[in-house]
Amino acid sequence: MSAKQLSRFILKNPTIALGGFILGLLLLTAIFAPWLGTVDPTSLSPVYRTRPPSEKFWFGTDLLGRDVYSRVIFGSRISLTVGISVALLSAIIGTIIGLATGFIRSVDAVVMRVMDGLMSIPTILLAIALIALTRASMQNVIIAITIAEVPRVVRLIRSLTLTLREQAYVEAARAIGASPLRIVFQHIFPNTIAALTVQTTYICGLAILAEASLSFIGAGVPPSTPSWGNIMAEGRALWQVKPYLIGFPALFLSITILSINMLGDGLRDLINPRFAKKL
Amino acid sequence: MLSYILRRLLLTVPVMLVVALFVFGLLSLTPGDPAILLAGEDATPQDIARIRATLGLDQPFLLRFGNWLWQIMHGDLGNSLFTGLPVRDMIAQRLAPTFTLMIMTLIVSVCIAVPLGALAAWRHNKIFDRLVMMIAVLSFSVPSFVVGYLLAYTFGLQMRWLPVQGYVPFSQGFWASIQTLILPTLALGSVYIALITRISRATLLETLSQDYIRTARAKGVDDKGVLFHHALKNVAVPIITVVGSGVALLISGAVVTETVFSIPGVGRLTVDAILRRDYPIIQGVILMFSFLYVLVNLTVDLLYRVFDPRIKY
Repeated sequence: MSAKQLSRFILKNPTIALGGFILGLLLLTAIFAPWLGTVDPTSLSPVYRTRPPSEKFWFGTDLLGRDVYSRVIFGSRISLTVGISVALLSAIIGTIIGLATGFIRSVDAVVMRVMDGLMSIPTILLAIALIALTRASMQNVIIAITIAEVPRVVRLIRSLTLTLREQAYVEAARAIGASPLRIVFQHIFPNTIAALTVQTTYICGLAILAEASLSFIGAGVPPSTPSWGNIMAEGRALWQVKPYLIGFPALFLSITILSINMLGDGLRDLINPRFAKKL
Repeated sequence: MLSYILRRLLLTVPVMLVVALFVFGLLSLTPGDPAILLAGEDATPQDIARIRATLGLDQPFLLRFGNWLWQIMHGDLGNSLFTGLPVRDMIAQRLAPTFTLMIMTLIVSVCIAVPLGALAAWRHNKIFDRLVMMIAVLSFSVPSFVVGYLLAYTFGLQMRWLPVQGYVPFSQGFWASIQTLILPTLALGSVYIALITRISRATLLETLSQDYIRTARAKGVDDKGVLFHHALKNVAVPIITVVGSGVALLISGAVVTETVFSIPGVGRLTVDAILRRDYPIIQGVILMFSFLYVLVNLTVDLLYRVFDPRIKY
């Protein structure tokens, strides 16, 4: 893509460009966290407890004297890892189940009842149940949120498959003797990718929000790990006198989810311009 | 109509069965011995044996599930591992604050969001519309607990208009109670309001471009008449659909909002249960809220007919 094409794309899709730009910055922050003027986010220095933001401690220090700036910067690693992992996992698992249920009609009723059941458990509660029975770890948080998000992907892919399988070109493919697997992967799946991409972007944002909420109420990644939700959970006791303990991680969390939602909205409008005028 | 209601009621049975199987099956599916995990680190063998017996982990799965299901249908949700009290009673004691908060949020959100969405659609592509949409995208992205702290800091700590945290039941004074609920309601409602505003605006825009609206205008109906007599009547169905499915947001949000504002509701009970690994309570809370969600959406389905007589079952 030439520079001219790029600038035209940015002008035509400002939300994608801005959302993508901020998200890119956050990714770089997460990758280069150790080199961004941070110190060890878990090192304690009781002498410097609950210092307000200053030149030495940009975002202040917490109850145990840990540097909040370093913790917030390192926290971006947890949020983005959880967001991206959940988005990819639920997209892959959801697509496979969705294609199967949309194409093999005999399993449809059973699978969809299971999905309806899972969807009627609110995300946070479903994750709480899983976490309460396992040890708190990032891996378990990812699994828990993925189980909650998979049914949404299944519903989307299934309904698209049901429409696509009736299309004339699918019938034509069948007529020339294409195998069911070939029809699913060559003719149906490619046509679901656009909608799947938009949905996956939103799921990434939802997963980051869910992880932060879970850590905030003590059902997320272990307290020793610096994640935005954990930092806010620790700031809870003191927030009335030290609002920055909650303010900085909250700001980063909100900007991250905002940039992902902007990216999602932009992609949705790009794919479906008719819809864009309305929402 | 009656046969539709019956069929729709029957459909909720497999859904609730999946929920029950999920929360119950988790106990057996998770790696390791759940009794040891739930007992915690410094548990005696007697503690572990007691938990195993309480949860019936020494029996085969299907037998356990059957017994448990039988108990639930008789209103018995088991006993708390921590206090030993019936889970049903422990939840019942905490229901009032949570339901008050959720119902208030529901009413306030609909009252704010529908007119806001309608106005935005009416002023389509004008500054007001753009502003409303921008705020909607923002409130989608700022988590409700962050909104909660922001409101508590601004209106509680700085301006001192409203109490920062805490909860006063209705029995101790109506106004005092309402005052403690205003900020939690707005915090919990922020995402919900954005959702309903967007759908109201989108459906009204769709409706306003219909032929019968053009006909109404052509025969000389004024703006007010078009909006109130012709357009608004036809946007109810998509809006109540979103109001119903959005109840899931309210439930998840209530758990976190109650933590922010120190409200002694079901959410607080759940959060305390996580720290104590009191699984029967978590199980009970999930069953109750999922049942509530299924019930709300069943009601929504049945309401379609009231709002749109063209819908036939």
